[in-house]
Amino acid sequence: MTVARRLLGFNLLTGAILGVVGWYVGWFGAHAIHGLSIEYFADTDYNELSVYLAYIGGVVGFLAGLGFLNYPLARLRGYPPSLREKEGAGVGRYFGLCTDHKVVGIQYLWGIGLFFFIGGLNAMLIRTELLRPSHQVFPAGTYLTIVGLHGTMMMGIMSSGILGPFANYLIPIMIGARRMAFPRIEALTFWLLMAAGAILTTSVFFGGFPTGWTGYAPLQTEANAGMDNYILFFALVGISMTLLGLNMIATVLTMRAPGLTWTRLPIFVWGVLSTAVLMVLAAPVLVATLAMGALDRTAQTSFFNAAAGGSSYLYQNLFWVFGHPEVYILALPGFAIVLELLPVFARKPLWGYRLSVAGLLGVSLLSWFVWQHHLFVSGINGDLRPFYMLSTELISIPTGFTFLCGMMTLWRGNIRFTVPMLFCLAWFFNFLIGGLSGVFLSDVPSDVTSHGSFFSMAHFHYTIMGGLIFTFFAAIYYWVPKMTGWELNERLGKIHFWTMFIFFNSTFFPLFIAGFEGQPRRVVTYAHHLQFLNDWVSVSAFCLGISMLIFLFNLVWSLAFAKKPAEANPWSSRSIEFQLPSPVPVHNFDRIPVFSSDPYGYGEGPVPNWVPAGQPAGRE
Amino acid sequence: MAAEPNAAPARPSDSTNHGMRVVVAWLVLSVIATPLVAIFVGPLFPPGNASAEGQGQVFDNQVMTAFVTPILCLLAVFFAYGLITFHARRNEAILDGPPLRNDSQIQLLWVVITTTMVLFLAGFGTYELLKDGSGGGQGPSPIALPAHHQDAFEVQVIGQQWQFTYRYPSLGGVESNQLILPAHTDVALHVTSLDVIHSFWAVELGVKADANPGVDNVAYVETKNPTTFHVRCAELCGLWHGYMYNNGRVLDPGPWHSWATQAAKLYVAIKPYMDKQEADGGAPYAHSYLPAPDRRAG
Repeated sequence: MTVARRLLGFNLLTGAILGVVGWYVGWFGAHAIHGLSIEYFADTDYNELSVYLAYIGGVVGFLAGLGFLNYPLARLRGYPPSLREKEGAGVGRYFGLCTDHKVVGIQYLWGIGLFFFIGGLNAMLIRTELLRPSHQVFPAGTYLTIVGLHGTMMMGIMSSGILGPFANYLIPIMIGARRMAFPRIEALTFWLLMAAGAILTTSVFFGGFPTGWTGYAPLQTEANAGMDNYILFFALVGISMTLLGLNMIATVLTMRAPGLTWTRLPIFVWGVLSTAVLMVLAAPVLVATLAMGALDRTAQTSFFNAAAGGSSYLYQNLFWVFGHPEVYILALPGFAIVLELLPVFARKPLWGYRLSVAGLLGVSLLSWFVWQHHLFVSGINGDLRPFYMLSTELISIPTGFTFLCGMMTLWRGNIRFTVPMLFCLAWFFNFLIGGLSGVFLSDVPSDVTSHGSFFSMAHFHYTIMGGLIFTFFAAIYYWVPKMTGWELNERLGKIHFWTMFIFFNSTFFPLFIAGFEGQPRRVVTYAHHLQFLNDWVSVSAFCLGISMLIFLFNLVWSLAFAKKPAEANPWSSRSIEFQLPSPVPVHNFDRIPVFSSDPYGYGEGPVPNWVPAGQPAGRE
Repeated sequence: MAAEPNAAPARPSDSTNHGMRVVVAWLVLSVIATPLVAIFVGPLFPPGNASAEGQGQVFDNQVMTAFVTPILCLLAVFFAYGLITFHARRNEAILDGPPLRNDSQIQLLWVVITTTMVLFLAGFGTYELLKDGSGGGQGPSPIALPAHHQDAFEVQVIGQQWQFTYRYPSLGGVESNQLILPAHTDVALHVTSLDVIHSFWAVELGVKADANPGVDNVAYVETKNPTTFHVRCAELCGLWHGYMYNNGRVLDPGPWHSWATQAAKLYVAIKPYMDKQEADGGAPYAHSYLPAPDRRAG
């Protein structure tokens, strides 16, 4: 009886059912508008409108089923504002609309993990195909779809890879608040992202899409119906990112506890803030660009059709105006996590606090002025190439700040090689290789050699996988014991780290050489003499996949079976989240803390950097 | 609840000048490694000696690699030394390191050095680019012109799904599906597309230029000795993108002229069939392609 009542409420199940209902309403509705038959999938290739309306209907139904319409409707009917969604308890909270930022953080972690896993499987399929120089395993169209699904899934979903789980969970605690500024929007960003992931995954039912993650028009305009899934996916991700960023900015600007001045913020908060600014400003450009693409496909406008007055450059320009800040949306949270964790495991204060903040903000600012380096050989604005070369290389200055501050924090420290610390140290190695290979791509003459080749592919995997995914795992090993209350197995963690680090490098380093030898990106065929190199890479990639399975095993084993309770402060950190009991109470703080310094006072005596309000401040 | 301060006793300080050790080790390693890398690794870099632009790119890649070697050495020495010297002993109670928060001299030094390096890189890249265009596509009105660009031999490269066609205006519009170029000649490649975005990549010649519909993207290349080179499409252009590749050749003047004569003959023979298609009510076959080389793009 109670089970039935629970299942009937506003939750994921209801959302899924209403989502399917909404999907078919949109599907049949669009067919009615067109006056076309409603033969099942037969006419998807020319009835793009149906695909759009079906998925829009599906998303609306899904959100309604989760209960996102309840609050606005109640307010319209005159009820007072409340946060009733927070009141649930037990496991059911995780399967519905919950406005507790800690629940949303954990929802994000599992949701993003799911799609990260799917994206990773696609990478395995790509490497399976590339075991042979000619195309063997998949038909050419299927191969392109797999490439596109891998890239789009990773770029889209992992944009919220750190801000989703960790910033949502930690930002209110770190700034001494009880919730985010907009808790309902916070929940919305998560469920929009899940809807988006489902839309992209189902693109295979509409024939996939041939464009890779960049979705270049006019190939986009002529592609089959699976392209609509790509457009809808990225548009929803863009909306989710905009709202996520907005929420982060509003929270950090307005909800900091007393005494938490700008120079006392944990550096992670600064990293989140600089990323959030990029999200808010870049993601809307993406959404608008995709709306133009959708109009080109449905209403026969010609934004990107050169024969009718449009331009393929327009798409490239707009896409990379979003696209380059986007890669820093992926990379910046990684910088912040490294700088946040190093003081804890080196037992030293963060060195050069202001310089590291300047580094984060500098990267955030400069990332707006470099996008045409993606178009160095495209023939667009040939005379601006020296400018974009300069601006691109200037980014290495603020990035260098992060390196300097990190390295000087380690200097003369008392370094403990815990699992999160190992991942942070690996970041230096990976990002160094990624950054230095970027020097070759930023220089126009040497870019002509490596542009669009596996060299650039290896470069951005070093920066994004080596920069983001390694710190993502650092964050998991560091904070998940706090978030769940269970310890993660350290031995398995170390095995995971070493296998991942070795096979990551063994996978991606040879690809620099493959690129130099003339292997373009996203091809199903390559020169025969490159087969050994490609086979080496494929085998390493499979081992990298196994390393991820070790992590998955560790996660499931530690959280579901071993269940060893984690200490409240397993790392002897001075950061405020580790001073709270595990699990963190629903309202975080009984009394709002008052801060007197930053959380990096290692070696500066036993004085806490915050006290609950009402007690005398301890610092002399 | 009260905050747990989590303070640990301080680690005993030592008076060794670790910084000096790292700097000396770095200087020694860099002085040895940089010339070695430049001399032995440098010549291996692509795209090779098949064209002047290719040689320029090899030189650029060499300079870049020599340039990044000291940076790699610094990080290698720093981490090797730092992680061995400053790690916590096993089973030791947690000890705090010295509370060093800042050193404005180191910061200033770092900023000055990185800025200098970056400005040098940008200046060097700009100089190398403006010298001859480096084989990259530079749009319809190029500014980086090689010395003899007015006399360049013109070839139009037309991308379509999924092959490149080469049109020789100086041979009366002869078309070929293989790029055959005369040796020791300045060539201007006018790259365009009939449908989606392609990227014309003549790998060994060091030429890469995107093919955008309605755009004349010019790339210059100066061929050297006779050779064979590969052409690949370097921008995802749909289903058979992976099969959009071909060989091209650079020939001595003699063989090149006999090839040109042969190609012209073949073209005259098939031209009536292409025109017949339109006469029969089919789509017209274009003997020339938009855009005209003087059309502004973008």
